[in-house]
Amino acid sequence: MSIARQAGAPASPPPAPGPSRPVRRVRHGLGGRVFAGLATSAGATILVILAAVAVFLVIRAWPALTSSPEELADGVSWFPEGTTLAGFVGPLIFGTLLAALLALLLAVPVAIGIALFISHYAPRRLASPLGYVIDLLAAIPSVVYGLWGATWLAPRLFPLWDWLGRNLGFVPFFEGPASSPPRVVMTVGVVLAVMILPIITAVTREVFLQTPRLHEEAALALGATRWEMVRMAVLPFGRSGVISASMLGLGRALGETMAVLMILGPGFTYSLALLQVGRHQTIAANIANQFPEANPLGVSTLIATGLVLFVITLAVNMGARWVISRRAEFSGAN
Amino acid sequence: MTPHRRLRTAAILVAAIALSGCGSDDPLGHPWRPGGPGEPVENLYDGPVLRGQLEGAGSSAQESAMQAWIAGFQNIHAAASVAYDPVGSGGGRTQFLEGGIQFGGSDAALNHDELDRAAQQCGEAGLAELPLYISPIAVIFNLDGISELQLTPATVARIFDRQVTRWDDPEIAADNPGVDLPDLLITPVARSDESGTTENFSEYLADAAGEAWPYPASGDWPVTGGQSAQGNSGVVQTVTDGRGTVGYADASKAGALGTVKVKVGDDFVGYSPEAAAAIVAISPREEGRPEGSLVVELDRETTEAGTYPIVLISYTLACRQYADPDEAALVRAFLSYVAGEEGQQVSALTAGSAPISDALRAEVQAVIDGIA
Amino acid sequence: MTLLDRKGPPTTGRPPSTRDLLTRGDIRRTVTDRVMTGVITGAFLVALVPLVSVSWTVLSNGIGRLSPYFFSVSMRGVFGGMDAGGIYHAILGTVLITAVATLISVPVGLMAAIYLVEYGRGPLARAVTFFVDVMTGIPSIVAGLFAYALFAAIFGPGVRFGVVGSVALSVLMIPVVVRSSEEMLRLVPNELREAAYALGVPKWLTIVKVVLRTAVAGIGTGIMLAVARVIGETAPLLITVGVIDSINRNVFEGRMMTLPVYVFRQYSQGLVPCAPDAVDCIATVNFDRAWAAALTLILIVMLLNLLARLISRYFAPKAGR
Repeated sequence: MSIARQAGAPASPPPAPGPSRPVRRVRHGLGGRVFAGLATSAGATILVILAAVAVFLVIRAWPALTSSPEELADGVSWFPEGTTLAGFVGPLIFGTLLAALLALLLAVPVAIGIALFISHYAPRRLASPLGYVIDLLAAIPSVVYGLWGATWLAPRLFPLWDWLGRNLGFVPFFEGPASSPPRVVMTVGVVLAVMILPIITAVTREVFLQTPRLHEEAALALGATRWEMVRMAVLPFGRSGVISASMLGLGRALGETMAVLMILGPGFTYSLALLQVGRHQTIAANIANQFPEANPLGVSTLIATGLVLFVITLAVNMGARWVISRRAEFSGAN
Repeated sequence: MTPHRRLRTAAILVAAIALSGCGSDDPLGHPWRPGGPGEPVENLYDGPVLRGQLEGAGSSAQESAMQAWIAGFQNIHAAASVAYDPVGSGGGRTQFLEGGIQFGGSDAALNHDELDRAAQQCGEAGLAELPLYISPIAVIFNLDGISELQLTPATVARIFDRQVTRWDDPEIAADNPGVDLPDLLITPVARSDESGTTENFSEYLADAAGEAWPYPASGDWPVTGGQSAQGNSGVVQTVTDGRGTVGYADASKAGALGTVKVKVGDDFVGYSPEAAAAIVAISPREEGRPEGSLVVELDRETTEAGTYPIVLISYTLACRQYADPDEAALVRAFLSYVAGEEGQQVSALTAGSAPISDALRAEVQAVIDGIA
Repeated sequence: MTLLDRKGPPTTGRPPSTRDLLTRGDIRRTVTDRVMTGVITGAFLVALVPLVSVSWTVLSNGIGRLSPYFFSVSMRGVFGGMDAGGIYHAILGTVLITAVATLISVPVGLMAAIYLVEYGRGPLARAVTFFVDVMTGIPSIVAGLFAYALFAAIFGPGVRFGVVGSVALSVLMIPVVVRSSEEMLRLVPNELREAAYALGVPKWLTIVKVVLRTAVAGIGTGIMLAVARVIGETAPLLITVGVIDSINRNVFEGRMMTLPVYVFRQYSQGLVPCAPDAVDCIATVNFDRAWAAALTLILIVMLLNLLARLISRYFAPKAGR
């Protein structure tokens, strides 16, 4: 099964042909009512759970949300003096978005390439096995990526970062000197990119495979090369799919904890220097880092930051769904 | 066996063993242990059999010592089980004060609020706060071919404050005649999580370096930016991975890295259990603590020869009264083992800690014997 | 189509005939096509680099320590650089916690899917569909915080035991189960339902005896994949279940070790400083154990995936019966 389906992405079949409503039964047995009740309450449970997540996070975050900055700085040792809660979360949000966007920037072009390769370049017979190979990347737990990134990848990336820092140091992003060991946000971006590659690929691939054959054949019949066919028929058709896939990947990257925790040397600033250590930290990694040591007010502060993360990922995912649903209507008219 | 075969065998084994429930909680004496099972330790203990489970949590600095203590204790009392979760001092104090665990480990003494809450949690008898783990903190660095440097407290402070930024800085060279210092950037590595190690190290800098260290002592590293890592091991790992890095960590983790001898009085003193024990011996006891709370106020500015002032004292927290007498007996037995000569020797061997002095042991033992 | 307008200038200099255009594509277009083929194939190959590298690193670093001994003992009493200790307690914890999570998620997820497919109409069904999608995007650490907050409200702060982790995993697992079951239920042909109704079978019995029976293979596969997805979760377990080095078989009391957390713990313990003359001391033993446990974890995930495929192969309804 593809990840696209697990993630409920557009690969899932169109919601249409549900069972047609059966003739209303005359006898409504007790069993029937109980069963219907169970099913309905299970459906409602989903909503309750989601509401409970929000409610309990708010309840636990409440002490931090209502404390004054002085109280927070006093009660929570790692809370910087002279900032509000928003001032504390700000750099974390920045770091979270920076790492996730960086990962997206690296992953999306590659994912589009892979999706095109599987859907339009590789022999049709190989499409499914090749897709499975990419899906294997998703089967690797994030803690293993962390282990791999921290011990294997980081030392091998350092020469590249060092070179970037020396030669492209005038670009704010690559401001040198590159830190050694490279426990920097750039390394994190690379690992996160690998981690979100499968989901973006899976969704993109499904959309590309849905390109109407007629469009493709029309382009080829007009003398287009394969690349021109892709550019004129496949890419425009799949654009919204790519966008929603990217947003799903972004959602994943935003919430990723272990890989960031194991690789990044944290810091709390709004710095753009991707190659320097101690400048960035993500919300999720910060929670995992501080949670075990935190006192009650500290836990509350961390849960408040978790709430922010929850809201951000919720917004991103809803955005992705919205794009998908618009596309569904569009392709339904085809 | 080919890797492929081996993997398949492994997969089948995992499934079989996990499902069969025949796992063993005795890895050391297990017959399949590589190199054969360890020699069963001769058990001279012939007192009453202790049963039950103790849970503790707290300081990660105590982790390796605690593992050794638990192993030693469980050798003697096979029916008893002790667990220690190295969640960190803050977490340990919180959990202990909330009653989730029977004993805690903390790198800092309880403050007044916490003492009040401890009184609620432990009842009338109050709590026991015992300095059972004394460990030097090493200032470690990674420079090719240099295993030892001599630095004054002020220089150490300026290095970590990133005022001194190159290894061949004249300030460093002045104290290290004859050492070929490389022309290399200094990369200080700090702890990213709140920790007793940071607290003790920054307290030392604040006390001993004077002007050179403009920050107050704190469990969180005050200098922003720069390399940092989680836990002692994280710092050691980062220092090892980098070039020209310098950090501070529990001496037991220092391994093969270069270490700094700091200036005390007129001499430069390297870390050693003896020098660490010496500073504790000359330091006064903190005034105004409740009975059963033995807190040492370290004299960081000492000029006494042979003392190493960057020391971490980690306290063991326990109640002096437990609702369940069996639990009390277990706590008493465990802490007696830890404080005893054997326990302190074990931790010195495995964690490089400094055994407590006999005088301190007598005081501690008196408190432990009072646990009921 | 704008294809003809975009064509590059003909190489010969005079207006090209249609025949020319169709038979001799111009060089630039051919080159672009070739280059893009290379780039796209390259993208695929680039993606293989991390896959091969992760697999190889984990395999080569981990396989040396895998042994029956490693799988059958815990870490109790093991410290320093001792060449001892294993992951039995972690495997057990992972199995138990995931099993409880499955027990929670499958009934809720399956019934919700039945609701959506068989009963769901109107705003509630639309809301459930939408929020199941939204729920798939909850970051795992937030699920962990939720479970912690929930149980802290009941048992007081500082609470850590297996079921807390199970609840956290359930939050991540339920939407996956709903999605895959829903899909499978929708695949059941309507004729089957109608045939049952025609025989006078009540709706609920039709669902249980006909619809579920037909879809059971697909649902089983979906559940396996859902389990495979949450079994590698680390962050939520780190903050809800804690760590321990002994075997704990009770999910309702006391901390438990799990495989992913074990990997992280061993990694964060780092290098062991061995005395030069120490006999039983391996400096890298913590990393070795971390890699071996990581390999075990990957093997388990692969095994679950394989199981999922087997289920769908062997339990699929036989055609023509």
